[in-house]
Amino acid sequence: MRKKLFIITAFLSLFSSLIAEEARECIARAAIAKSEKNQGEILNELMGRADDSILPLFDAWRKDRLYLHEPAGAAAIPVLLEGPKDAKGAQEAISVATGKSIGLRLVGDNLNAAGHSANLRRVMKAVLDLTALSSPDRAKKLSALAAIGQGQQAEKLPALERRLPLETDPAVVKALREALALVRLKSPDAEVKLAALRELESLQSLASTDFIKTMQKDPAVLKDPRLVDAARTALLAVERHRVAVDFGGTLFRSLSLGSILVIVALGLAITFGLMGVINMAHGEMIAIGAYTTYVVQNVFANGLALSPFGFSLNIPGMHTTGWWRESYFLFALPLSFLAAAAAGVLLERGVIRFLYRRPLESLLATWGVSLLLQQILKLTFGANNVQVGSPAYLSGNWIVGDVLLGWNRVFVIGFATLIVIGVWLVLSRTSVGLLIRSVTQNRSMAACMGVRTERVNMLTFALGSGLAGLAGAFLSQIGNVGPALGQSYVVDSFMVVVVGGVGDLVGTVISGLGIGTFDQFTQQYSPTVAGIFANVPFIGGGLQNLAQDSAVFGKILVLCAIILFLQWRPSGLFAARSRSLD
Amino acid sequence: MATSEKLEPPAPPSDATAAILVFAAVTMLVLPTLDAFGVIDHFTLNLWGKYLCYALLALSVDVLWGGTGLLSLGQGLFFALGGYMHGMYLMRMIGDQGQYHKPIPDFLVFLGWTELPAFWKPFEHFSFAMLMVFLLPGLIAGIFGWLAFRSRIKGVYFSILTQALTYAGALIFFRNNTLMGGNNGFTDFKLELGFALREPLTQRGLFIVTAAVLVGTILLLRWLQGTKFGLVQRAIRDGENRTLFSGYATPAFKLFIFVVAALIAAIGGALYVPQVGIINPSDMQTDKSLEAIVWVAVGGRGTIAGPILGAISVNLLKSYATRAMPDMWLILLGGLFLLVVLFLPGGLVSLPARLAPLWRKFRPTTSATV
Repeated sequence: MRKKLFIITAFLSLFSSLIAEEARECIARAAIAKSEKNQGEILNELMGRADDSILPLFDAWRKDRLYLHEPAGAAAIPVLLEGPKDAKGAQEAISVATGKSIGLRLVGDNLNAAGHSANLRRVMKAVLDLTALSSPDRAKKLSALAAIGQGQQAEKLPALERRLPLETDPAVVKALREALALVRLKSPDAEVKLAALRELESLQSLASTDFIKTMQKDPAVLKDPRLVDAARTALLAVERHRVAVDFGGTLFRSLSLGSILVIVALGLAITFGLMGVINMAHGEMIAIGAYTTYVVQNVFANGLALSPFGFSLNIPGMHTTGWWRESYFLFALPLSFLAAAAAGVLLERGVIRFLYRRPLESLLATWGVSLLLQQILKLTFGANNVQVGSPAYLSGNWIVGDVLLGWNRVFVIGFATLIVIGVWLVLSRTSVGLLIRSVTQNRSMAACMGVRTERVNMLTFALGSGLAGLAGAFLSQIGNVGPALGQSYVVDSFMVVVVGGVGDLVGTVISGLGIGTFDQFTQQYSPTVAGIFANVPFIGGGLQNLAQDSAVFGKILVLCAIILFLQWRPSGLFAARSRSLD
Repeated sequence: MATSEKLEPPAPPSDATAAILVFAAVTMLVLPTLDAFGVIDHFTLNLWGKYLCYALLALSVDVLWGGTGLLSLGQGLFFALGGYMHGMYLMRMIGDQGQYHKPIPDFLVFLGWTELPAFWKPFEHFSFAMLMVFLLPGLIAGIFGWLAFRSRIKGVYFSILTQALTYAGALIFFRNNTLMGGNNGFTDFKLELGFALREPLTQRGLFIVTAAVLVGTILLLRWLQGTKFGLVQRAIRDGENRTLFSGYATPAFKLFIFVVAALIAAIGGALYVPQVGIINPSDMQTDKSLEAIVWVAVGGRGTIAGPILGAISVNLLKSYATRAMPDMWLILLGGLFLLVVLFLPGGLVSLPARLAPLWRKFRPTTSATV
């Protein structure tokens, strides 16, 4: 068995080396061929061939670095000059045909470079395009296929047809069929066109809309009722698919925005529910979490030099590489929780505990703290955004039926779920949670039963701030990290708390997801809806104007919806039930 | 008994009247005269004109917060709206003197407009612009207040919602497509009612008008405090439910006060624009509204002198600090605010009363030495 495998491997390597030889030789032959036409024909032989040597050689050729060594009385030898230059500027000459040194050192400036006309360059590009088709890199293959489909060049058909039986990956097969169909749309034969349209219809190819529309204007097509009909149905199918994809995408974005809002608002809801204190510095707690992630990332890499208030502070790095460096985020998560929680305890002990009976004042005092923290962060880390890199396992996309799902967003959704479950477990299954709930429901009664409410306040504030820190760690993965990071989320998170009410965690979750969904859907569909109202006097024009910036429009509609919602439920979805009146 | 005592309308102390008279004389007569004779330079007078506009904004915050217990984080919105409405008139008065020498404002030319949008047209009349200074902020405050108060939104909820309203307003005005100058807002004004804004005389006139409006507002608020309406207002602040159960329609009272406060802020904004020469959406951002609350807190809420004192002193400090140590200004502001909220809830105006016991303690020793 092993022997057999060995033979197969040996055979394969021999085979591939043979092909590699051929590609090199082919290019060498082309470089010294007499006429441009001849050169083109030779290069065309490479069409559709997978060979790693083609790209660097073509690259050298196009950049005038493929030289012709012309020894007197013998045929020219195409060479590349490589290695370090010596005193005379000469370099080692490598033969293009063999890939080995020819034993001479030559000076580039004394040699002629192989010429290349625009036509030849075009052939080279076509060859490279098709080379990408057999590249082992899936992403490269897909983008090459998309480019070929958009190009609609009939001469690439044979290469595409040759690939079709070889591919097994469903996504690649689909892209290949799409490219084939798009190229065939250009075919003069009506039957081929018809088949291509049917294919596009069954593929629901989003990329084909423009091409089908162009085709519909073609007078030759207009004469054939079958074609006109097929084009219309194909277009219809594609459009229907697009609506579905848009809807799916919007739903996904809603979920992801909703999850972010839930993470950001959860800590706020807990502290507000317990103490009636709106923590305006909540946004800065988020920023502290994000900056902690930034510091941890740099500690895992090359360290960090900070200069807060003129002091210089050097944080040494661990210079890790590979998997270790990637894993920094796992360490950053607990640390950002702890950092923000510590800041929260300081804030509670230092400021808020003096203001429990005065909620408006505590709102203002925390705003003062927020200003302080923002400026301190700015002076420590600089006013500009800092770079927080995503680990490789968080970048990239996941494509489900043409809907693009970013991994980091999928991750945020998953993580929000975990956090909500975690917080729910803490509140409902631990003794600390019991204390927190008792104080939330009736502070003085809890105090009478011996609960040390002061301590519970502190713990709750630590928990709420820590959750904000966690949120910051996550936001660093999907957006910029700057001193004003918290500010962009803080108004939204207040809204989530106001709508959700403070009686129950579920309120925050529902309200976060609801606001996220409402926001994304209004953004996606407001231009359409505004179009319907275009002719209504007074408001029609204004709506259309607003719909030009759908993000702003979305936010304003969310605000209006919230105010209207509060008409119906003034204290949010889940109010803490109480018979007491202030 | 203590509560019934509290409900007595406070007899306006006679020295307060004197103080108002002095304030009016200084701002309306002395400062402009000194400016006219070159004792103080035009820049300083202009700066003080700005402070007086801020004092109006501070009063508007205080009518709500100190007077009624409603902490609005959105008075900056009404201030900026008033400014924008007056700014539209000033923009129209530029005529074709702009960079592009077209009869419409430059930013509209820049956006590709060749004709004035319909809603801009009536703003070439001063009277219409002044009407809109009151109408638009009043309308917005009216609608928002009606919705908020009828569903009994109060306390922190009310604060947050006003903040969100301001946030939304700033978002709208930051858009270019709102056709209100977008990010850059309005600037480069030339004429006001035919007078060149660059002239010291015009600026002096504007200063006097601002001072007069401020004094008028002070008198109005003082009168209002003395009426039965002022009593109910304070009753709402100290115990809204009790007032409600005593048969007063508190939502209506609050709505009225909210609209009045919005109008005071709007006038402040309208006077601010020609003196400062620019209005842009950054004036509408939530931080500006919160800054106005700092003024009131520092000066002393619940009084009339406090907000004015606070607006002037904090802004003097700001003018100094942003030049001397620009990095530290926000830390200073935040710290100041924190200290005042924690240790001096009555603000600067409460300082004499707070220091009085200390003073009494030291007096015997001083008299002994004499």
